[in-house]
Amino acid sequence: MGAALLQLRAEIEARFESSLDIQKLDIRKREAASIPTGIEAIDRLTSGGIPRGTLTEISGPESSGRTALLFALLSQATRHGECCAWIDAAGVFDPRSAQETGADLARILWVNCDHKTEYALKAVDLLLQSGGFGLIVLDLGDTPDKEARRIPLASWFRLRHAAERTGAALVAVERAINARSCSALQLELRRKGPVWVGRLLRGLGTEAESRKHFRSQTAEFTAVR
Amino acid sequence: MAVQPTQYACLHGPGNLPLLLECARGFSPHIEETSPDTVVFDVRGLEALHGPPAALAREIARRVGVPANIAIAPNPDAAVHAARGYRGITVIERGQESAALAKLPVNLLGGSPDIAELLHLWGVRTFGDFAKLPPLGVAARLGEEGIELQRLAAGHGYRRLREIVDPLEFEAETELEYPVELLEPLAFILNDLINGICSRLQHRALATNELRLALSLENGLTHETALRLPVPMLDAKAFLRMLQLDLNGRPPVAPVLKVHLAAEPVKPRRTQHGLFVPTAPEPEKLELTVARVKHLVGNDRVGSPELSDTHRPDSFVMRSFAPGPAVLAAEKPGVPPSLCLRRFRPPRYAQVLVVNQQPVRIVSPTINGRVVMAKGPWRTSGEWWREDAWNRDEWDVALEAGELYRLFQEIDSARWFIEGSYD
Repeated sequence: MGAALLQLRAEIEARFESSLDIQKLDIRKREAASIPTGIEAIDRLTSGGIPRGTLTEISGPESSGRTALLFALLSQATRHGECCAWIDAAGVFDPRSAQETGADLARILWVNCDHKTEYALKAVDLLLQSGGFGLIVLDLGDTPDKEARRIPLASWFRLRHAAERTGAALVAVERAINARSCSALQLELRRKGPVWVGRLLRGLGTEAESRKHFRSQTAEFTAVR
Repeated sequence: MAVQPTQYACLHGPGNLPLLLECARGFSPHIEETSPDTVVFDVRGLEALHGPPAALAREIARRVGVPANIAIAPNPDAAVHAARGYRGITVIERGQESAALAKLPVNLLGGSPDIAELLHLWGVRTFGDFAKLPPLGVAARLGEEGIELQRLAAGHGYRRLREIVDPLEFEAETELEYPVELLEPLAFILNDLINGICSRLQHRALATNELRLALSLENGLTHETALRLPVPMLDAKAFLRMLQLDLNGRPPVAPVLKVHLAAEPVKPRRTQHGLFVPTAPEPEKLELTVARVKHLVGNDRVGSPELSDTHRPDSFVMRSFAPGPAVLAAEKPGVPPSLCLRRFRPPRYAQVLVVNQQPVRIVSPTINGRVVMAKGPWRTSGEWWREDAWNRDEWDVALEAGELYRLFQEIDSARWFIEGSYD
């Protein structure tokens, strides 16, 4: 921040000290521009949550906590009255898990594309164009890498552009990053291993790395049962 | 707020009743069909739209399209008598009724032939003559009917309109001159029917939440379809598009001979959005988008899941997506995320090597590996009285590569399946 800007800010703060708290306004603006996940470590890593009006990619192998992170996000979004859409390329969405996380199923539009990736992309496009959705998830988590890589960059760009126009937070879940420069935020998740307690599977540890910051940053969380 | 004074307009034109009614419907829903050549309707409150009564009368004359006498008066009977007695446009101000009607011939009043004859014998020729007669004398000689007629002659009517009550049926039908095979020409016909129904619904300030289409086919069968909307709508273009998508997905099996469309009338949706509530998709737009997505992936694959009240695994019902008004829930800070299942549909068949009653290796077309940790079994069963009862042992397993899966073995068949992966 330039010296002149800092001076101006100090002057404004001094003059309107009682009625204006610039720091608070900054935080509120950032909160409005993103949907918090409710996982403290991830919200800190992403400076407030998943950004609205752009494309975010969450990648990772099976059992790396991708769905736990997304359901937490879904729960927060529906808790705040947002309408959400889950475009499920492989038809693996589990409504019971979503409800146990705290998501309001009545505010979720689930589109089961039955392993047809092309339909999933078309459905996302239609829902983005229709507007009004706060969060749209494109779940390619069980789509083979080969097929996901075949999605042209132009399609990703088109989806990102549509998200920018409607202000929806578009989140793509994959096994590996595919949209490259089209995504504003890339979160790569890695397994940290399951947590076994006695005869029970009690949790799953995850390490998340943000790949769109100047310096790679990581955070950890554990999904519990 | 001041109560608007009543004003009635009367259209009198022999032989043109349908056109007179059509014209009246353009101004008011409160219409009386007084006789086969006369229509009266309530025009109270139209000053804001059309100006003073004279300007309103000119507007009615412009719209009626056929030769007709027009009268505007403070009560229905005065308007009827003026329209029947004077040519062109007549406007009667409040308090001037008696003077305005005075010159009309007394036979316009109607009444029984005896009274008409008596009045003729007395030399009473006009409304004015009759109105001047002493009321007590009229009552003594002509009875109750005479009193009523004299009141009308003086322009003092106070009756209410006997309104036409349209049946609340919103249906339209058209028989085609030749069988229609393609959906595109059928869309033109549907467009006309939908527009007609929507226009009638709009006149009654109604909307619809269900459209039923019945197509009579050349082979004698009937193709029926129904659009059930989660919210009342009145958007002709959206209705046409949704019916087109439905017919594209499930086209009629033979050429169409007759089209019948019906709409269920309901009160329109009125909502007050909160200032601090997130925006939701517009129901009309959302319905069309969902119809398009359904056309893409299938009707039963789109919606809002609702869990069924049972312990049966993966049991839910797909409901129409109709998010109600947003209710902001309380924050739950510091709650850790939950371990979630990604459910394979259908469960994937697998061969599982079991040593010491523990799964040690999984072999399937997509998932293979050595099991490094297995916890179980947990038996679950239910609804034994049904053919699709379930009875199985569940295991949570970790493969050496790090994946976590839920396996189950059917007790009856001893076959193993992978239900899903933990993620």
